[in-house]
Amino acid sequence: MTLNVADVTGSVKSALLAIKEAKDLAALKIVKTEHLGDKSVLSKASQALGKMAAEERAEFGKVVGSAKSEVSAAFDAKLSELEIARDQKVLSEERVDVSLPASKFPKGGLHPLTILTNEISDLFIGLGYRVAEGPELEAEWLNFDALNIPADHPARTMQDTFFIEPLDSKLVLRTHTSPVQIRTMLENKPPIYVICPGRTYRADELDATHTPVFSQVEGLVIDRGITMADLKGTLDYFAQSIFGPDVKTRLRPSFFPFTEPSAEVDFFFNGRWIEWGGCGMVNPKVLEVCGIDTSEFSGFAFGMGLERTLMVRHGITDMHDIVEGDIRFTRSFGIGSR
Amino acid sequence: MKIPLSWIREFSPIPQDISLENLENAFVNVGFEVEGIDLQGRDLTGPLVVARVESIEELTGNKKAIRYVGLDCGEGSTRFVICGATNFALGDLVVAALPGAVLPGDFAISARETYGKTSNGMICSARELRISEEHSGIIVLPVDCAKVGANAVELLEINDVVVDVAVNPDRGYALSIRGLARELAASLGLKYSDPAQKVNAKEFAINAKGIQVSVEDKTALSIVYIRTISDFNASAATPLWMSRRIEKCGMRSISLAVDITNYVMLELGQPLHAFDATMIDTSLVMRRAGNTKTIKTLDNQERKLDSDDLVVADKSTALALAGVMGGASSEVTDKTTQIALEAARFDPTTIAKSSRRHKLSSEASRRLERGVDPSLAEISSARAIALMIELGGAKYVGSSSSGEPKYAPVVSFDSNFVSKYLGTEVSLAEVEEKLKIVGCDVAKKSATDWEIDPPSWRSDLLLAPDLVEEVARMIGYERIPSTLPTGKIGAGLTPMQYRKRSVADFLAGNGFSEVYNYPFVNPDFVAQLGFVGDRAKSFRLANPMSEEFPDLRTHLLPGLLLTAVRNQGRGAKDIALFEIGSVFRNTEKLEGQSVVGTDRVPDEVTRAKIYKSVPYQPLHVGGLVAGKLGSDGWNGKAPDFTWAEAIGFARSIIESTGNVSTTSSSDFAPWHPGRCAELQVDGKAVAHAGELHPRVIAELGLPERSCAFVVVLSALGFPETKKLKTLITMPAAIQDIALVVDGSVSSSTLEAALRAGAGDLLESITLFDRYDKLGDGKVSLAFTMVFRAPDRTLTAEEVSQYREAAATSAAKACGAVVRA
Repeated sequence: MTLNVADVTGSVKSALLAIKEAKDLAALKIVKTEHLGDKSVLSKASQALGKMAAEERAEFGKVVGSAKSEVSAAFDAKLSELEIARDQKVLSEERVDVSLPASKFPKGGLHPLTILTNEISDLFIGLGYRVAEGPELEAEWLNFDALNIPADHPARTMQDTFFIEPLDSKLVLRTHTSPVQIRTMLENKPPIYVICPGRTYRADELDATHTPVFSQVEGLVIDRGITMADLKGTLDYFAQSIFGPDVKTRLRPSFFPFTEPSAEVDFFFNGRWIEWGGCGMVNPKVLEVCGIDTSEFSGFAFGMGLERTLMVRHGITDMHDIVEGDIRFTRSFGIGSR
Repeated sequence: MKIPLSWIREFSPIPQDISLENLENAFVNVGFEVEGIDLQGRDLTGPLVVARVESIEELTGNKKAIRYVGLDCGEGSTRFVICGATNFALGDLVVAALPGAVLPGDFAISARETYGKTSNGMICSARELRISEEHSGIIVLPVDCAKVGANAVELLEINDVVVDVAVNPDRGYALSIRGLARELAASLGLKYSDPAQKVNAKEFAINAKGIQVSVEDKTALSIVYIRTISDFNASAATPLWMSRRIEKCGMRSISLAVDITNYVMLELGQPLHAFDATMIDTSLVMRRAGNTKTIKTLDNQERKLDSDDLVVADKSTALALAGVMGGASSEVTDKTTQIALEAARFDPTTIAKSSRRHKLSSEASRRLERGVDPSLAEISSARAIALMIELGGAKYVGSSSSGEPKYAPVVSFDSNFVSKYLGTEVSLAEVEEKLKIVGCDVAKKSATDWEIDPPSWRSDLLLAPDLVEEVARMIGYERIPSTLPTGKIGAGLTPMQYRKRSVADFLAGNGFSEVYNYPFVNPDFVAQLGFVGDRAKSFRLANPMSEEFPDLRTHLLPGLLLTAVRNQGRGAKDIALFEIGSVFRNTEKLEGQSVVGTDRVPDEVTRAKIYKSVPYQPLHVGGLVAGKLGSDGWNGKAPDFTWAEAIGFARSIIESTGNVSTTSSSDFAPWHPGRCAELQVDGKAVAHAGELHPRVIAELGLPERSCAFVVVLSALGFPETKKLKTLITMPAAIQDIALVVDGSVSSSTLEAALRAGAGDLLESITLFDRYDKLGDGKVSLAFTMVFRAPDRTLTAEEVSQYREAAATSAAKACGAVVRA
């Protein structure tokens, strides 16, 4: 059988019709076999080209070529159209209720004291400080004597200290993180810029605002030409970083054996002055015990309670929540939210 | 200290209309916290009058004594009232509230029928007028102190402002009207006159008459005065102006002699003690108790004396615990006519020690241990006997004194130091002015080279910064500007600080909640958990918060277990906790602490001794899971948390520090003896992990199979910074191998044997199956081994050789047989 141009155009016509009428991918597959497969008119026409004379082949070849590409293009378009339709159907059937409770990953959290300690440490590291730490069970000499609090000084009765048996071991649970300052000064030459966070102990009964085990952060700067204005500026920066840029601080004259002049620092927050901690210029007696030349260096120190800071910032009204280890409390802070 | 503003006004013209806010700020600005302001008389309205008792009818047949009393209130007729008190007699002057009066507590007085009579008012007690706590009877006024019908509100000076001022320990001088009036006047910029300067002490010259005094221990006091009077009328009433001031300061009026000593103490700040001079054997000596063993104090307590206690003694025995409390034998009574009055400037430490030793904190010791103005021994004793002469009809006998007052030395002072230290410009004129206001004498050797002589009452002004504080207080701390230091030496966190953070983040991120437990433990609970040896050697507190928890923790688990129990009690089901904290083990021989001075920096040897007196306090991280890590949900159950997960967490923590651990089984309490792993790094135990002992769990009521792990963070080294090889991109060859071994062979041993035999090209080895139902106690363990060569694709032949070699190694080491 020989094929002529009319055969080819006829086959194109019927192929396009079949493609157009294919309802789904299965039907389209059959159409492909029939109209583009080995036994289709177009395939046969292609095969026939080989036996034709050169002149005839060129002419008929063009006809067959364009016929094939026309049918293929129509087929590809239809295929794509049917595939999209199929996908839409399948994906729509696979729809779920995404509002179902999502799979819960185990929820833990950092204690807010850790979060606050990290935040304060980072803040002061940014100002060029180091973080210094020391033992909680401490020598009385480092906790008291070196800080200008000699035995029988009334200041020692200001703090109810936990003593270790036997009393001549002269060990106490540190009443403040100040012995870390002493250790830092004994072990390093100035300039010194340190922040000392840590657990501290005083024999207060646990109630809504007191706990015998609490956390402090202290700062110590020893350098040439350090002034009380530097102390005030540092406290301003600290308070504003923790409580917000509009927070104001004020210093009130006070007394601590280890600072002179001494001050209480308050901050103005939510419409009232709140006591925050103590501070002052490091007493020359303390500097001298630590081997620092007071004719060359001066310094300031400050210290505040972290629990109180947390309570004010987060509106926590009962100390029990901070110390009792209830997982609901810790979890509410997650792994680092303020 | 409580101070009535009316008394302060005697020495400084505080404006009548000063607002409470300004008053409080005036104190706060110069360093005195105000603990309360009491507006006395604010909630009291009259008529409140002086009345004379004209008749008393005892009404019988009631549960308690009731009197029907006729009063002359100056109204021309007798007014009758019902009264439940009996501490008055005919002719006494009392205070009557008449109908229409309103007493504190909104207590309106009106005529009323009671006990079958009409009561036309009320006779008042001090507490009913809220002028003192006294309620043992009604107020009986001194004879002839006022006319009947006089306004009692004015007579009793009820309307007053009483400020409760907190005084810091360095300001003993401010525990007085003299001191606080000076501070308030300075703060408000007002004139001030010193009450001490109004006393003419020379009027009572030293002579050889009366009781003589000597000082045996001159370290205990610098100066003492004893002044003697006779013909004192001990039963004379204390005038109202004096008793009312004493009451407003929060003390009680007792008797004229005692009231005078208290009044002078409140006014000037010098504690005084009055002895009945007839009870003194010959003379007085200020000495240490030594061999004197006991003293009976004023409160009738027989007290054991420490040989170091300072006493005031006569020829026979101790008469007073000096500066703390007088003795009963020489107490002034209503029969006393001769008084020896003692005033001394004691060494504060001596008094503080005595006071603490005897647990006696008195108004006197509180002042003396803070240091009293040495000039006051002479002045205050003179002031007191002048009052005894004036109010008690006494005659002056004589005075004796011993010692010299010692004052703070002159301070050399660079006047520019104030500006330099405060970081703000304070003019030299201002510096001088402020130093003078606080009482200093200023002598200028040049413009900046000054010599400052502190006032007698300021023994605390020794160094230049002490003077800076005085100037700063007086100019106001708000003058200090806000600047930041410019130097810095920052070096970021230390490796241990990074470690603490990353471990906490890891555990919190994986579902653990961080807690901070108190480090106080109960020794019975610790024993019950099975802690023995070093892990049970604790430090004991001399003064624990509760006898139940006297010891410091040696391990984190006791605290974590009790916190888990508390959470469970509050309804939590799946509890995962962790804590990072120090533990305290009493296992080292510690250096005893000798007395180390603070006058200079301790030398190397001394410093090392101090450091070695403090035990090493290792840092632990502990985790506890009671229940599951995570919760069951609609789409499935959360996996169980088993011993394997506990060990996994411990191992991950160790790995995160760059250390490599090996695992072996352990029977460490309080873990399950068959389900506890000991993890070692370089042969040293650094962690324990696994399932907790079922008995421990059951006793605490925690979920079965609760697990825990503890890693000693401070025992882990800090490996050098990792050097990494370029990653190999050649294809990997994977070989599985299943081996049958005896059940006693641990998987880690088998894995190590395989690893040893597999050669250098082994990249990883992972256990993927374990089957223990083979019988004969045998188990099958199947591993996936991944091989990779840096330079070529491995052939199947080569890889199977490595597998064979690994199997041979395992057979040799563990008797492993390749499973068909």
